[in-house]
Amino acid sequence: MCTASEFHPVSLTPEDVQKLCALARLEIGPDEVGDLSAKLSDIVRLVGELQAQNTDGVVPMAHPLDQAQRLRADVVTETDGSSRYQANAPLVDQALYLVPKVIE
Amino acid sequence: MHEQTLTELSQALAQNRVSSRELTAHYLQRIEKFDTTLNSFITVTGESALAQADAADARRARGEATPLTGIPIAHKDIFCTAGVKTSCGSRMLDNFISPYDATVVARLKEAGVVMLGKTNMDEFAMGSSNETSYYGPVRNPWKHDCVPGGSSGGSAAAVTAGLCSAATGTDTGGSIRQPAALTGLTGLKPTYGRVSRYGMIAFASSLDQAGTLTRSAADAALLLQAIAGFDDHDSTALDDPVPDYGAALHTPWKKLRIGVPKNFFDDGLDADNAAAVRASLEVFAKLGATIKPIQLDHVHLSVPVYYVVAPAEASSNLSRFDGVRFGYRAAGVNNLDELYRRTRGEGFGAEVKRRILTGTYVLSTGYYDAYYLQAQKVRQLISEDFRLAFADVDLIAGPTTPTPAFALGQKTGDPIQMYLNDIYTIGANLAGLPAMSIPCGLVGGLPVGLQLVGPHLAEEQLLKAAHHYQQETAWHCQTPEAYA
Repeated sequence: MCTASEFHPVSLTPEDVQKLCALARLEIGPDEVGDLSAKLSDIVRLVGELQAQNTDGVVPMAHPLDQAQRLRADVVTETDGSSRYQANAPLVDQALYLVPKVIE
Repeated sequence: MHEQTLTELSQALAQNRVSSRELTAHYLQRIEKFDTTLNSFITVTGESALAQADAADARRARGEATPLTGIPIAHKDIFCTAGVKTSCGSRMLDNFISPYDATVVARLKEAGVVMLGKTNMDEFAMGSSNETSYYGPVRNPWKHDCVPGGSSGGSAAAVTAGLCSAATGTDTGGSIRQPAALTGLTGLKPTYGRVSRYGMIAFASSLDQAGTLTRSAADAALLLQAIAGFDDHDSTALDDPVPDYGAALHTPWKKLRIGVPKNFFDDGLDADNAAAVRASLEVFAKLGATIKPIQLDHVHLSVPVYYVVAPAEASSNLSRFDGVRFGYRAAGVNNLDELYRRTRGEGFGAEVKRRILTGTYVLSTGYYDAYYLQAQKVRQLISEDFRLAFADVDLIAGPTTPTPAFALGQKTGDPIQMYLNDIYTIGANLAGLPAMSIPCGLVGGLPVGLQLVGPHLAEEQLLKAAHHYQQETAWHCQTPEAYA
């Protein structure tokens, strides 16, 4: 694990981009990889400016107004709207969302 | 009629000088006439708008009207609208019919507002020029080969061209204020949590806030009154009482201290734009305000902080678009992983992909501390700068954007240049502060904006200052000639 002070941002290679795409479940065409690695490298360089800032002892921000997460009572308040929601689904059968076979 | 403010139209309706049906039909005709060129709407809901107008007229006849009953407005296509396509400017949601209303939409509906349609926007609100929309770019009514700003570019162009009386927008890094500045409108981004985010398609949840694009500060006050306030459906909605914003406009200020950050007037700011902003500060001085220079030591790091935090949150929020439950689904896939990859690869545009990948990168193992945690620490420092500044001043003022509207296509090849458009606006989002842009001049025939930022929940002071300024100046009354 790198800490801020010892971390030096580098350029992203086409292989790095392919790895990120795999993590993000995002298919990109072979013609997009070069442009993406150039542009993502620019972005990484831009955000790399943060490394120079001393943040010793600074508490990372959790909420701009220092609010705590509000919790509701653990009771059912929603009515069943599944048929309404599933009207938007690409493929449904007997109230089930259909996806390609997962287990061979 | 279309050149009038929402406030004036509200009075005309109340005095029966015009009906909501007449007003609605008038705007629908203008949309038909002008929007082929502007491309400010993704969906026009003409039939239901006329039905809502008739219902509003009937409600008024019964004596049950609110100040907004019968007023035709448009919603940014990021707000869910029951039974109406809600695309978020993306191919991913091109077929999505929302099963429910966003709280902002529901509250305006309750007030009797008529919805003319859904406005164009940068895809998933990621952009500063409205050029990343799946539905094509929006043109600036002031100059058709210029951008209207973004991401709420369709809302801005539609109000400016008189295709609706006002419009809703959202602001994650400047997406209301920047287009307002580039089209000569009053744009209001309230305090984080002041307006519910329920039903507003999430981009960066710790920064997103709903607001308004209007012809005046008084119009913004009227709309904010209807949409602000606690909402059980949004766990970050603030449970603070909603003041009377309209009444606040007319109260005189006892004293007003305006802080001007020196580093907002650096080399990146166009000289004529700077001159217009300085002239507007003189107006405030004449109105009795004290203008004092302030220092925001870390604000120059706003853009890098934003481009860690926003993509990180976006990469998480946008993981819900997987081709299973709603939206686009790639055809002819063989397995689940391919379904995800191809659906997302084909459904998202280039800028959205860049941000998802940036977010994935900064959150990945080994980089989290160096990027995400460091960004949240610097965000704290930026926020602290504002807190310290507000101990001495009531509002902070400066330019909204570095330049007036730029040409279509000018910055699409260079994301960094595009990102730097929001250099003055992002700070308020990072710190959760309310902020406005109000028109303060024309540079080369194009509008520029003055940005006002206030402490948390200081919407009254912001609106009051903007309203007083608009009583002294006429920049907000300027309309492009072709749309007069």
